[in-house]
Amino acid sequence: MTTPIIPVMEQLEDIVYSRPAALAECSTHYCPGCTHGVAHRLVAEVIDELGIAERTIGVAPVGCAVFAYNYFKVDFAEAAHGRAPAMATGIKRVHPDNVVFTYQGDGDLASIGMAEITHTAARGENITVIFINNAIYGMTGGQMAPTTLPGQRTSSSPLGRDVEVMGMPLKMAEMLAGLPGAAYVARRSLHSAKEINRAKKAIRTAFEAQLAGMGFSMVELLSSCPTNWGLSAFDSLKWIEEHMIPYYPLGDYKVAEGIEALSKN
Amino acid sequence: MTKELLKGNEAIAEAAVRAGVEAYFGYPITPQTELLEYMARRMPELKRAFLQAESEVAAINMVYGAAAAGARVMTSSSSPGVSLMMEGISYIVASEVPCVLVDVMRGGPGLGNIAPSQADYFQIVKGGGHGDYRLIVLAPATVQEAIDLTYQSFDIAERYRTMVVILADGNIGQMMEPAELPPMHAANGGHNGQRASWALTGAKGRPHNVITSIYLVPEVEEQFNQKLQAKFRKIAENEIRYAEYATEDAEWLVVGFGTSGRVAQTAVKQARAKGIKAGLLRPISLWPYPEKRLAELANNVRGILVVEMNAGQMLEDVRLAVSGRAPVKFYGRMGGTVPLPDEVLDEIIRLTKESNS
Repeated sequence: MTTPIIPVMEQLEDIVYSRPAALAECSTHYCPGCTHGVAHRLVAEVIDELGIAERTIGVAPVGCAVFAYNYFKVDFAEAAHGRAPAMATGIKRVHPDNVVFTYQGDGDLASIGMAEITHTAARGENITVIFINNAIYGMTGGQMAPTTLPGQRTSSSPLGRDVEVMGMPLKMAEMLAGLPGAAYVARRSLHSAKEINRAKKAIRTAFEAQLAGMGFSMVELLSSCPTNWGLSAFDSLKWIEEHMIPYYPLGDYKVAEGIEALSKN
Repeated sequence: MTKELLKGNEAIAEAAVRAGVEAYFGYPITPQTELLEYMARRMPELKRAFLQAESEVAAINMVYGAAAAGARVMTSSSSPGVSLMMEGISYIVASEVPCVLVDVMRGGPGLGNIAPSQADYFQIVKGGGHGDYRLIVLAPATVQEAIDLTYQSFDIAERYRTMVVILADGNIGQMMEPAELPPMHAANGGHNGQRASWALTGAKGRPHNVITSIYLVPEVEEQFNQKLQAKFRKIAENEIRYAEYATEDAEWLVVGFGTSGRVAQTAVKQARAKGIKAGLLRPISLWPYPEKRLAELANNVRGILVVEMNAGQMLEDVRLAVSGRAPVKFYGRMGGTVPLPDEVLDEIIRLTKESNS
């Protein structure tokens, strides 16, 4: 008889890390080193903690997260490119008691979907937006995004983003925070354990704001794209810290009255 | 029930309300704006959802969301606005969620004008959005018919899990006629008050539902397309609608839909008064098209005149259905002009002379 080398879960007395119930058991289609998986996990942990899996409806974007619905064990719709906030609006208006969130990348949200995200925030639509900013188009293979940094080389800005031609990258958290309908808008990063913990708290606050009926909430997450940045997974995280955070400062950009009281509970 | 004097756009809106529509999303555009304005007042009164979207693009995607959530939902627009909805329409059909679009056509192309037109037959009946899809297209010729078709359209959309388009024109939308409204249904989401099993309502006590239109593996996408085509064939078998006038002994057949069909009917009456044995076929479902009935009629007539408010769009479907059984002539007015009965009568007379010569 051989002794199993890996103990089975039931035999462990103190499980400190396991798959959230809201995450499906399946292999990932995301590239190695990509932080989409971390973002998915954080959202799933928050859904579990708030006990809202049975009434949550997600809306996936067009982009790398197009198959987000494969990973979450909650009802999901797959929107047209950029239109997730409009689709989420339609869902929320007929099911106001459901928890509705979109999960969108920077091409989807900040380029083609600019009108939809802006007006959804302006209406104070009571939904939550998880916004993945990795400064590039991932799914189509590394083209310039509205969030691509000045001088950053992409397949459609091979000499680096020329701000004389393309202007400066868009700071969505700052832009949307300026709208009265926005209740909670924050930017976090996924480049370190400490920042991941802070990101989770922000995601939780965003969902809590929706549960309290306070209006539009969005968490922008600075994320890595090792494949299209041409960097290792480790160097990608360093790149977020050294290049993205200086242009996209982390912080809370809109905290409506009553939000802070929510997170203290 | 008594008849009331009703404006087309408002009558369509009230018919949808009485059919139990739970949510309306739209954007102002002439000549359909009264429909949106009516809903802006009526829907909140009944504690149902009304939202003026930031664009037609947003409006159709709000419809897509509400339809995915299992609600009875509709939007309305006019030609340029409907062009903006084409992306969403393709997604809606591909996701198999039911909803209703009212298209009150106006003169085009481009910004065109706000006068009645039928120039979007190709766009709605033949495609407009990307991919192999069909829409169930119903074309009313009177305010009463617009009411009746709108009232039924939600059940049809839900039966097949697809989009139904009420294809009207500025004339139908703007004119006032005596008409009777149907009884009020509660807004209960259709499906006998039960949310559809596929709808996004929260995965409580069931596996999670997904509404999507992406199938990356070509063979799987092909299988899905085959499923869609099978559904379209079923629709084609069951949902053909048309009206006929004086076709029993007709030697000359006029074919027109919506407003031009109505004008043509007056011309046919005038022709009969002159001793010309004319008849009218007015397709009501533009897709599926009443091609079999048209082919039957074509066997017994000496000539066919197609009348449209465009450069000859349904004309192509007539020629396909008639398939050489009878000569087919066309009379069209464009740019927002409406043919007068006298003009159509002249064309009927010309048809009889040309075919006799």
